[in-house]
Parts: sequence; C-alpha cells; structure tokens
Amino acid sequence: MTPLLQVKGIEKHYGARIGCADVNFDLFPGEVMGIVGESGSGKSTLLNCLAGHLTPDAGQVIFDTRAEGPVDTVTMSEPARRMLGRTDWAFVHQHARDGLRMNVSAGGNIGERLMAVGARHYGDIRARAVDWLDRVEIAENRVDDRPSAFSGGMQQRLQIARNLVTEPRLVFMDEPTGGLDVSVQARLLDLLRGLVRQMGLSALIVTHDLAVVRLLADRLMVMKDGHVVESGLTDQVLDDPQHAYTQLLVSSVLQV
Amino acid sequence: MSDYNFAYLDEQTKRMIRRAILKGLAVPGYQVPFASREMPMPYGWGTGGVQVSAATLTPEDTFKVIDQGSDDTTNAVSIRKFFEKTAGVAVTEETEKASVIQTRHRIPEAPLREDQILVYQVPIPEPLRFLEPRETETRKMHSLEEYGLMHVKLYEDISQHGAIATAYAYPVKVADRYVMDPSPIPKFDNPKLEMAAIQLFGAGREQRIYAVPPYTKVVSLDFEDYPFEATKADHACDLCAAEDSYLDEVILDDAGNRMFVCSDTDYCRTRREAGHVGRLGEEVAA
Amino acid sequence: MSISTKKKSAMIELTGVSKSFVLHNQGSAVIPVMAGAELRVAAGDCVALTGASGAGKSTLMRMIYGNYRANAGRIMVGGTDVAKAAPREIIALRREVLGYVSQFLRVVPRVATLEVVAEPLLALGVPEDQARARAAELLARLNIPERLWSLSPTTFSGGEQQRVNIARGFAHDYPALLLDEPTASLDPTNRAVVLGLIEAAKARGAAIIGIFHDAEARAQVCDREEDVSAFTPQAAA
Repeated sequence: MTPLLQVKGIEKHYGARIGCADVNFDLFPGEVMGIVGESGSGKSTLLNCLAGHLTPDAGQVIFDTRAEGPVDTVTMSEPARRMLGRTDWAFVHQHARDGLRMNVSAGGNIGERLMAVGARHYGDIRARAVDWLDRVEIAENRVDDRPSAFSGGMQQRLQIARNLVTEPRLVFMDEPTGGLDVSVQARLLDLLRGLVRQMGLSALIVTHDLAVVRLLADRLMVMKDGHVVESGLTDQVLDDPQHAYTQLLVSSVLQV
Repeated sequence: MSDYNFAYLDEQTKRMIRRAILKGLAVPGYQVPFASREMPMPYGWGTGGVQVSAATLTPEDTFKVIDQGSDDTTNAVSIRKFFEKTAGVAVTEETEKASVIQTRHRIPEAPLREDQILVYQVPIPEPLRFLEPRETETRKMHSLEEYGLMHVKLYEDISQHGAIATAYAYPVKVADRYVMDPSPIPKFDNPKLEMAAIQLFGAGREQRIYAVPPYTKVVSLDFEDYPFEATKADHACDLCAAEDSYLDEVILDDAGNRMFVCSDTDYCRTRREAGHVGRLGEEVAA
Repeated sequence: MSISTKKKSAMIELTGVSKSFVLHNQGSAVIPVMAGAELRVAAGDCVALTGASGAGKSTLMRMIYGNYRANAGRIMVGGTDVAKAAPREIIALRREVLGYVSQFLRVVPRVATLEVVAEPLLALGVPEDQARARAAELLARLNIPERLWSLSPTTFSGGEQQRVNIARGFAHDYPALLLDEPTASLDPTNRAVVLGLIEAAKARGAAIIGIFHDAEARAQVCDREEDVSAFTPQAAA
C-alpha cells in the first residue's frame, strides 16, 4: 500500500533555534496520528511545514495525489499546493475564527470551498451546506447566521464542516479541542471519530491533551525540543512509554 | 495656459501612466500599480480618472465628463474646466462628439465607437477587498485565479435577500481571466462593458490602473440558478419616454409625487430633440 | 471438546518473550518483569493464565495485545509478530483478528451504548443496521435493559459497564481473544451468559487466553492453565 503522506527529513530553523528537525514518518490512508509535546516542542511548526503554511529548510512532504500519485508538496508549484489545500487537504485551526470567515454566514462558510472548486449552482451549494450543518449537529435554521452568533463549540464544528465539505483525504488539526469546555470537547471528539471512520479520513492532530489522542489517534508521535523522541501505537506510547520525556509527560497528567 | 504643462502633469509622469495603461490593455482586467500623483483636488473626486485622462488626452481631443450620467454636476463641471484650462482641449456634452469621456458611475447609453476612449474613476479597485482585507492575499488570489470568494459574496446576497442584491460595482470576469470591479456603475451597465471603445480605469488613492481593450469578453459573475440580470427601474423616462435607458428617481414634492428620468442627460436631450416626449415631458418643457 | 493442541498450528505463539520497565524519572531504575515467556494457543483452545497477583498475567496479556512493548522474543498472532509489527499492522490485527476484553471500559463520553458495542463492526465496514442488530442482540443477551442502550455507558454501574465491555469484545468473531477477568463482578445469570459466549467462541475456532480468578469458570471453559510465575525474572534467577 502506498502511504498517503511520506515525511522525510523535515527541518525548520528560526535563526539559530531549531523549530523541528529530522522528522520522518509515513501516514497511511485512514490513519490518524497524534503529535504531542509541550508548548515550544515544535509540533505546531511541524504541522505548518507539512500543511504548506511554512516552507521547511530541508526535507520532503510527499503526498499521494489523485492525479499524479506521490508528489513532493514542498517543491510543487504554489498554485498546485493551494489547490490541494482546497481539495484533498483540510486544516482545522485551534481558534475557529482563524479558520472561518466571521462576516460570512454559516452556509457561505461551508460553500466557499465548493465555490472555490467551481460549484456554480446556488441551490446545490446550499443543499450541501445544510447537509453538512446537520452532519456536525448544527440546526438547519442557523444556515444564514454568522459564526459570531455561535458558541465556541458550534464555531469549531462549523469549521470542521467547512473543511470537510470537499471530502478531503488528509486533515491537519491544530489543537482542535483547545479552549473548549470539557463537555463540548467530548461532543467534538465523538463527532470527529465518526467522521474519520465514515469518510476514511487520514488526520494529523497536534495537541497537548493526551486524553484527546487516546480517543482519536491510532498512532502517536512525541516531540521535545524540535525532535521526535518517541513514536508508536497510541496506547503503547501512553501505557508503556520508553523515553524519559514521555514518561514524564504521561505521569504528569492529573487523574480524574 | 503657459503656466501649465499640457494637461497639468509633467511628461515623465504621463509616460509612466501610459506605460501602466499599455500594460493594463495587454493584460485585460489586471490591476497595474502606478505612482499616483497629488492632484489639485481631493481623493474621491476622480484623481485616478483625471491622471488617466491627462495621460490620454492630445491637443486634438474633444473631452466630455459625466458624473452619474450627468454633464452638469459640480464634479463633472470641475474636471471639464480643469482640462479646458490645463490642456486647452475642446469640450463637449455630446457623447457622439467626444473622443475621450471621463465618467463616474455610468456608461453612456449611446454605443461608443472604436475612436473613443472611456475613462472610469474608481474608488476601490479590488473586487475581493470586502471579503479578504489582506492585499497580499488578494494579489495572490488574482495571480492564482482563486475566485471562489467572489461567489461567496453573491451567495451571501441570495441567502439574505433571495436574489443577488448587488446593484452596482457588480463583479465581472474579463477575457476569461481576471475578476474585475467595473467601478460603481449600475449593473444595468455591465452588458455594455463589451464595447468598441477602449475602457481605462484609474484609482488614484489606491494607485491602480486597469483596462478593458475593445471587443473584450466581459462576463458578469452569477449562479446557474440565479443568472445575472441587468436591472433598472421598471418605468419609461418621464421626459423622453425611453424604455431602454437607466433611470434616476426624482422626488417632486412633499406629497410623494416623483418622476423617473434618464440618468444619461445627453441621451435624454438627444431623444427629446428628436421629438420623443415622455409622461411629464410637456409640463417640464412648459 | 478436548482436541490435542500439539497437532494444530498455533494461533497465538510466544517465544522467548521478555520485558522490563525502565523508570527514567526515578533514577533510571530497571524493573525486569518477564523473561523467557513461552506460550502456544491453538485455534479452538482456551488457556488460562495463572499465578499470584503481580506475577505478570496482565503484563503478558498486554504484550500480546501490543499495548506493552516486548524487549525480546516473538509474539506471533495469526501470522503477525506483535513484538516487531508497525503500528498500522497492529491496528489491522486488532481490528480483524485479535479481540480484547479489558477490565475497564474506555469510551468517548456521551456515545450511546449501542454504538459503543457496534463500533468494532463498523470499523470493519459492516453495514450500520447489521452492526446495530448484532450489538442489540448481544446487549439483550447480557441483560442490559433496552432503555439504557441509547445512553452512554459511562454512567452505568460497574457490572453493567463490564457487560457492555464484553458485548463489545464479542461483537466481531475474532479468531483470537484476550479476556481479562471477564466474569468478575457479574451475577450468576450473566456469568453463565459470558461463559456461554466463550464456549461458543471456542466452538467456532477462536484461540482464547484468559485471566480468571473465578476457579469454577476457569475449570468450565479452559483447556489448560499456564502459570506465568515461571516467567518472572526473580523465579528464573
């Protein structure tokens, strides 16, 4: 089986400081991988390098495109990379307002990606927007409301709908449950799990919340000071951590 | 007259503007940056259009200025006088006789010819501005032809008003490539953007020039199920009885009486001189 | 029922498996917990792990499941060496071949019980209605009242949670099953149901490894006992 994403030797420096270095992994179709580590460990830098928001100083991010098979997205043309960003890739930001157009209605937010890839039938676009609102458990009658009138959890679900409407194959998530109430988090996690299964999505989830990765991620990568210190099956890394830092991280979690 | 260089601007500046105009004509709809000069009038009074006109005019030209279709508003009169004084060119109020027409917010009703140039005053040249405020991002969207956002605006219109409510500055796609703001002309005028004359657009404050060469394809954006419509008030002109011209609504008194008249004053006058009489034509004449 | 295990090829086979924990944050203390573990379980067989508390029964089971990492040796389950397999191979193994009924139910809060039980089937691509029907059948059999099916099991009593866990573990007909105290905290009726499920699984050819403190249950369903004390490093020394 061809990996959906092959990451080879990704490196990013901020001056003399290491953002991330020597990151290598393969992600297969349908796999969900968590990336954990404390603030400043390089996990967000890595995610942004992989998603094409930052240009890595070295390394390859090879994506198995529908049309041409595996292509290095670091060296591909910007139009092609941005096209990927609107079709086969999705990016869910921690703060919904970074991923939504706050002055555009919920329906318009969901429809944007469809229109960006050429949808020109208002009725169809609206029908798909309504369908996606339903899938992320937002009432249909909110379709014309602006996201500013939504709660934090609803905004985050709307952001997910907006991203998934073009049925991407790879979703990048940066702390998708960060800043949400615990009860709202649970609902979002459940929703994400269902969508990942139904759509066969592959996902990379950056978080510092170990409970989130345990429930969502098949695999886990632990980062510290820009380097991957441990990776493996999620429950194995969490229940039998091998690296000193992972052991510290796992033992630092407060038990409820 | 000797106090000014021809048409106010110095020759170097005009050459710079002409280069921008030529580039604009070569890449229809593309916003060409130019070093806009301070003009002896405030921004918003057509400084972009005036600079384009200054770079376009020759001593042999006949110049006409319209503001919302009218030749006799303060703005139109001021600009016309400005070039009378600084360029000494002939001026006219007749569309037919003009070789260069500077306009604010209208396209003349009479079809323009190949030997005419229409210069638009543009307040905001960037059609994507209202949805994406970052200039770096909108430039990238233009260069990569990412125009989905433009349709988001139309989608919002339909979802809020049941129809595309954008009535002026209605976005168009030029020569199948660039999405362009046609300046705040009513969308009634959009079909006329495909014409024989050269169309030049100048935005002074924003320092942009763009152009539509003669006979260039200009398509108003729309949805399959909500097609573009060039709408106008559903009346005939009360002065000249024209049914095909864009109308202004004029309140006549406190009792709510009103009349509809051609916004293009030259067109209306020409028709009346040819004997067309509207509903209130006799009274007004009397 | 007693078929000779030696003639059949083993579904689960452990060879020379050892394990130690290194506690980096506690002076890098090395705690050896298992050495030279050997185990063979053929299809249709049920083996009980025995030994005193702390002898390593759960550790061994977790290693077979891939939850704990083996330091040495081979852990073959249906042709996959869990000790060396890539995460996605273990995930595929867990989805299709190897089931595990742990003592604790770990689920996303607010997900309905019926969904929790149906999930292993949905992950295999079984149509939703079929998966739910199977889940409903198991829940009914384990005497979970139907009015609870739409609720999250997180609010259930210990015994109810245990039965939901068992239902989930038996939803798919795994060729290999790990059972950690499946009959603990169950009343006699439900205990009988669970033992019935285990016997049915054996009959269809599942290889089963279980930890049973309940000696009677162990005697009823297990073909053999393996004392893991033999693999504890202290015993070996």
